[in-house]
This record gives sequence, structure tokens and C-alpha cells, in this order.
Amino acid sequence: MKVFAFSKRNDLEILRDPLNLFFGVGFPLVLLILMTAIQKNIPVQMFEIERLAPGIVIFGLSFMTLFSATLIAKDRGSSFLQRLYTTPLTAGGFILGYLLPVLPICIAQSVICFAMAVILGLKVTVHILTSVLFTLPVALLFVSLGLLCGSIFTDKQVGGICGALLTNLTAWLSGIWFDLGLVGGAFQKIANLLPFVHAVEMERAVLRGDYAGVFPHILWVMGYAAAVTGIAVFAFLRQMKRQ
Amino acid sequence: MDAIKTVDLTKKYKDLTAVDGLNLTVRQGELMSLLGVNGAGKTTTIKMLTGLTKPTSGEAYLLGKNIMTESEAVKSAIAVSPQETAVAPNLTVKENLELMAGVHGFSKDEIKVKISELCKRFDLKNIENKRAGKLSGGWQRRLSIAMALISDPRILFLDEPTLGLDVLARSELWDMIRALKGKMTVILTTHYMEEAEALSDRVAIMKSGRLLLTGTPAEIKAHAGTDKFDEAFVRIVKEAVV
Repeated sequence: MKVFAFSKRNDLEILRDPLNLFFGVGFPLVLLILMTAIQKNIPVQMFEIERLAPGIVIFGLSFMTLFSATLIAKDRGSSFLQRLYTTPLTAGGFILGYLLPVLPICIAQSVICFAMAVILGLKVTVHILTSVLFTLPVALLFVSLGLLCGSIFTDKQVGGICGALLTNLTAWLSGIWFDLGLVGGAFQKIANLLPFVHAVEMERAVLRGDYAGVFPHILWVMGYAAAVTGIAVFAFLRQMKRQ
Repeated sequence: MDAIKTVDLTKKYKDLTAVDGLNLTVRQGELMSLLGVNGAGKTTTIKMLTGLTKPTSGEAYLLGKNIMTESEAVKSAIAVSPQETAVAPNLTVKENLELMAGVHGFSKDEIKVKISELCKRFDLKNIENKRAGKLSGGWQRRLSIAMALISDPRILFLDEPTLGLDVLARSELWDMIRALKGKMTVILTTHYMEEAEALSDRVAIMKSGRLLLTGTPAEIKAHAGTDKFDEAFVRIVKEAVV
């Protein structure tokens, strides 16, 4: 009940910010429509809806880091969190309260993106549903990154780091917009060491029903999600102690 | 049993001693103001008493419970209205109150009753569906205190409750704070001397982390040999060697 009350507040704070709605839902949808229009005029395999939609879903999830980190950093910057620290809500309650409410938002965002992809020509199969489910470890990764950044940066720093840097890293190093093999070399090696391209490849494999193809990508994603969650919990507890 | 009792309570940050061997007793139902210039140690004292920061040494008991070893019991008995207006801006007045009741673990029925009672008491009924971030400073402060009271605390900490408010809003808040007297123990920090004089049963004056003097406003004035409270405060702080 205590965690639920805090989670509900966090959900409302995120969903009632019009900028969050624009970047979380509007922007990915605009990209999806725009790229599909380009694909119709200049056909490129990269932007076929079956390849594009999973990429946009993952790219959209990267904004959840920004939303989550901004909320936490703002709470830390004001006396609001201090007030809550004097209540019986435990450290675990705070962490769950920040992590859990964003996950349903991530699922909703994925559903909306796939729904738009269907309107734009994506064939309706059961694999769309499983693709939505497979976004969960990716969502956990991005939301935990939000907890981590929100615990160590100010809200202004979060804007630059999560709003600009992370979304660009996700865009450039994920193979959504171009084939990483075309660049090759160190760029491709670095991209393959990061989770973004694996998240996109995992989603693409699930959407085409190639469940064997999710490996090894899912291991990268889950490994990163577990590691980042662990570090984020440590960082949050540390700042809580400092407060 | 005293509401608050500190024994040689000390907080050190590297080279700085923020609170130095504080021995303070606050009786139940009393409204005590902590006074001092910036850096006197008021906020650090409140942070220690509310469990936000750990003392370097010494002990403190709230309603007989040790703040270090019985922090859960202490947290259930206290509430804080911080210096800044600590409200969730995108939540309505009612939702802010629901949040505070929720994190204290009240049932849905209890929450309903408490919100209705507080909205009536603090005149919040007409704005209960308005977002907190859209309220004026005075109304936000009013909501902030209502949020602190939703758990029926036995000890309430009010940190600079009227800072930055206009005369009318301040006067209204004073009335609300006066209405709390006797019902719970209130610890108030303020820079406004007239506020401390008007509201306090007793006053504690701090300087450089040390407690200089405690007493009723009349005793403080008598001690300093003046009939003006702000003058008494300045004299006591200026003359103190710590």
C-alpha cells in the first residue's frame, strides 16, 4: 500500500507532463510515419516496417530514462524527497516506487508504436504480442538507468546526459537508422559491446518469429539490465544516506 | 515523558562542528522555537531528530524512543513540513494528501475521512482538485502543513513555515499553528523574531552549533534586560562567546 501510493504519484507526475507525452509517444510515432513515407518513395530494406518498428520501439524506450531520471533528480533537488524520507516508507519502497510505475508506461508505449506500425502495414501476428513482452528487460534497463542518473546528477545535468547523450547513443549505436556493418571497425565493435544494438536485434528476431535468433542478444540485454539495476540501487541508497 | 530529549547530541562534518553537545528537553504539547542566525545548527538539529542525518555522537530520544535504534517508531510519531514547499506539483491538493496518507499505510476509508477533515480544517475544499504547482505560495505552505498533519503526528517539525509569505498569508498560518498548540508538540524554526515571540511557549537560542539559552519569550527578554524580543535575541547572540 505504501509503495503503491508512492508509485501512483510517480506515474501521475510523469504522465501529466505534456513534454513527456510528446517525446514518449508523439516523437516515436512521428519517426515511424516519416520513415515509412520515405520508404515508400525510396525503398530501403532498413526502413521496411518489420525492421523499423522494433527499432523505433527501443528508441522510444530510451526516453523513459530521461523521464525517470528527471523525476528523481527534481525530487532530490527539492525538499519533497526529504519529507518522504521522514515517513515510514523504506529504502526498498522508494526504489520500487521509482522503478515499477514506469514499466507499464513502457509497455503502453510499445503497444502504441506497434499499433501504429500495423496501421502503416505491419502484418498482424502473435509475434507482436511477444515482442511487447520482450521489451520488458529493455524497459528495466532504461528505467534503471534513469534511477542511476537521477541519483547522481541534478535535473539540469539529467537533461543533457539522458535527454541528449543517451538518446543519441541509442540512436547511433543501435543499428536502427543504418547498418553498423557499413561503418565497421571500432564503431561496430563498441556498438556490439553496448546493449542498444542487441535490444533492437532481439526485438527484430522476436517480431519475425525467430526465437532462436534472440540469442545471444537477450543475454546482453539482461546482463546489462541486471548490472545497471544493481548499480542504480547502490547509487540511490548512497544518495539517500547523504541526504 | 518528554517529547524530545537530547543528550550531548553532536554532528561534525569534517572540520566543521555543526551541532556541539546539544542538551535540550522539549515537553509534550509544547511549541518550542529554535532560533539562531545562519549556521547556528538549527537545520542540522532537526535533520538529526527526524532521522535524515546520523549524529556523530550523543543521543536523542523522541517520546522515549532512541532516534538511532528505534527509528521506525520515531518516524511513525513525527511529521515534517520542510523549509521549501515540499509538495508534488503535478498532483492535485487531494492527491498530495492521499499520497502522504498512503505512505503512512492508512486504509482507503481512513484516507477519505482524514482528507475530508483536513480540507475542512485548512479551508482546502474549494481547491482540492487544483494542481499543487498552480497554487500561490501561501496556499502551497498551507497544503504542506496539512500534508504533515495527515498522519496525526505527536511531534511536528515546522521549518521556516512562513518564509517569503505576505503579511496576510503569514497571519493566517500563525492562526493555524496556534490551533495546533497543546494538541501536539511543535518544533518551529524561524528567522522572524515576532513569529517566535507570538507563537512559542519556549524558545531555544543556538549559536555556532551550541545551545545558548532556553526560556519563555518573557524570560529571554528579562535575561537580556530589554522588553523587545528581537533586541534580546541580538544581545544574547552577540554577547555569547562560543
